[in-house]
Amino acid sequence: MRVSLFIPCFVDQMFPQVGFAVARVLERLGHACEFRAAQTCCGQPSFNAGYWDEAREVAARALGVFAGSEAVVGPSGSCVAMMRVFYPQLLAGTPHETAALDLASRTFEFGEFLVERLGVTDVGARFPHRVSYHDGCHGLRELRIREAPRKLLQAVRDLDLVECDEPESCCGFGGLFSVKYPMISTAMAEVKGGSLARTGCDYVVSSDPSCQLQLDGWLSRTGQRPRTIHLAEVLAGVEA
Amino acid sequence: MTRAAADTDPKTVFEAEEPHLAKRKFLHDAAEHVRDTAHRAFVRKALGGYYTSRDTQQARYRDWEQARDAASLAKWSAVNRLDELLPRFVGNFEANGGRVHWARNADEARTIILGLLRQARARAVIKSKCMTSEEIHLNAAMERDGYGVVESDLGEFIQQLRGEPPYHFVFPCMHVRRDEISDLFGRHLGTPPTDSPEELTMIARRHMRRLYVDADVGITGANFLVAETGQISITENEGNARLTAALPRVHIALAGIEKVVANLDDLAVLLPMLATAGAGQPLTCYNTLYAGPRQAGECDGPEEMHLVLLDNRRTEILADPEQRDSLHCIRCGACLNVCPIFKNVGGFTYGTTYQGPIGSVITPHLRGLADWNHLSGASSLCGACTDACPVRIDIHHHLLHNRRNAARSSPSRLERLGHRLFALVASRPWLFAAGGMVVRRTLWLAKKLPPPLLRAWLATRDLPRPPARSFRSQWRSRP
Repeated sequence: MRVSLFIPCFVDQMFPQVGFAVARVLERLGHACEFRAAQTCCGQPSFNAGYWDEAREVAARALGVFAGSEAVVGPSGSCVAMMRVFYPQLLAGTPHETAALDLASRTFEFGEFLVERLGVTDVGARFPHRVSYHDGCHGLRELRIREAPRKLLQAVRDLDLVECDEPESCCGFGGLFSVKYPMISTAMAEVKGGSLARTGCDYVVSSDPSCQLQLDGWLSRTGQRPRTIHLAEVLAGVEA
Repeated sequence: MTRAAADTDPKTVFEAEEPHLAKRKFLHDAAEHVRDTAHRAFVRKALGGYYTSRDTQQARYRDWEQARDAASLAKWSAVNRLDELLPRFVGNFEANGGRVHWARNADEARTIILGLLRQARARAVIKSKCMTSEEIHLNAAMERDGYGVVESDLGEFIQQLRGEPPYHFVFPCMHVRRDEISDLFGRHLGTPPTDSPEELTMIARRHMRRLYVDADVGITGANFLVAETGQISITENEGNARLTAALPRVHIALAGIEKVVANLDDLAVLLPMLATAGAGQPLTCYNTLYAGPRQAGECDGPEEMHLVLLDNRRTEILADPEQRDSLHCIRCGACLNVCPIFKNVGGFTYGTTYQGPIGSVITPHLRGLADWNHLSGASSLCGACTDACPVRIDIHHHLLHNRRNAARSSPSRLERLGHRLFALVASRPWLFAAGGMVVRRTLWLAKKLPPPLLRAWLATRDLPRPPARSFRSQWRSRP
């Protein structure tokens, strides 16, 4: 299959290694990856802030960028939810509605794509560490992804997967929420980050680099052990 | 603990309080509350027991998700047929001997109830739990007119003695420790200190018994109004609402117009859902249907029964098809119990009658979007509330809708400019790439002299060191 990589804006700028890890895993499984360089951002910041006209402009443009691709795969539950769940709502009643629904049907979150679309759980990775998985809320509740990342992690050699005691709690990122209401956002990071740290894990695995930004930022500031890592990086076997 | 000076004067909250300061107050109180880590831990622990019993009870349903569908449908069909069901309910209720009073807003509702109290030559009033009465600040209005009012629900009684509004609209004193309750009773009722919940309950109960008998009027809320039979349904755990409704000469119930349901079959779906979602119970201890005042030949019950039906801008929500389902709310409080914002900022920070996610959705409708949109902003949109809602209100998406409506009706000029600029950059890949590079290269400098939003991040969280090259740039030179 020819996969069109959907690299969210901040992954492009801040976490390029995550994008490459996605490509490496997919190519190892025999799929070709393309990166359409005209892509920028999905428009979620404006959408969540209530500026839907601006978000619509960005969304309509993204439809064109990914037009005709066989499958669009992104390493962020949040940005994929924007495309799959919110584009059709945002563009409902506009000439772009059909294209939005079409794109939604071809767009997948990385872990979900492997398990649900390709039917793969063992990608041949090895990661000799104790890890805990953090569910990003958009992945969990907008896309209903819960089992796929865990199935993938359980198949990784020498990996010890432990659950925290706040598995469904939000990390508190929430985009602009994190800087407009920083005290609440940080309190949420304390609850979720604390719960993850108490598992004694070496790494917090996530399917959302935005959650990583939040959790890693707080864990690092408070001098706690676990670092965050993207699911794709674990599956790409970067820490062999 | 900072909190709204709610019940001193009904005017303070609704009319005279400066609503444009609501956001500033929210930010201040939220910051203060999150610093109280002991309190946050106490509230989380208090909810721990709820999660366990809720899960146990939900597991007893053959299919909880289908039950949610049924409950949602029952409310949906009622809310979308108010024009038909409300008159049917009123006709049946009055045929049973009750009297209905329509109130367009809080002021009218207060005037009606005060008029009924005068007419009944009432001196003492006993009340059972009724959030709608909090919404219209009824206690303050009655006290100002010289009536002695006592809350008979244990949690509400504790809050009344503390001089605080409910912290949580189902668990009004969940933030109060047992020793604080013991001290409070000692101060107000002269009882010896005790650590036993049963003993504390008995203290309140003993104090209350005589008050039911002495009261001339009993005021209750109503959880559901059954159109088919003209009955009002009241759910409670302590038996206090039964005494409040049955012992005094006059019973006045106050309810929002959205409380109507078509028939007893729908009620049979909703009652267990309310108990399970709200308190992790299979059924609440007492579910009572009241069908009018004492009938000829009956030996007990009130001589008169009145129902005040309150609009107070509910019809404005009804007129908004997108958010109409927020009228499905049965005030179970499940969305508060799972909300990370509620758990971390506490109930008083909201400054609203209805706290938590559903409060953040409806308060802008009840009290004005421009002043209350910050509650919709104060959410990570995690969606835990929507998953918990037994009647499937699309709560967290309505927060998005409020944000959008506010951006349309009262946009901040600076924010609008920011998002215009964002759209401009995001529509030009070369500009996006160049802008990204500039940000990455100057981040070290920005960290030294951070602009406000970056400063807010850096106060409690680190930022990763940006990579030398972006993904797009590296992909281009990929072999």
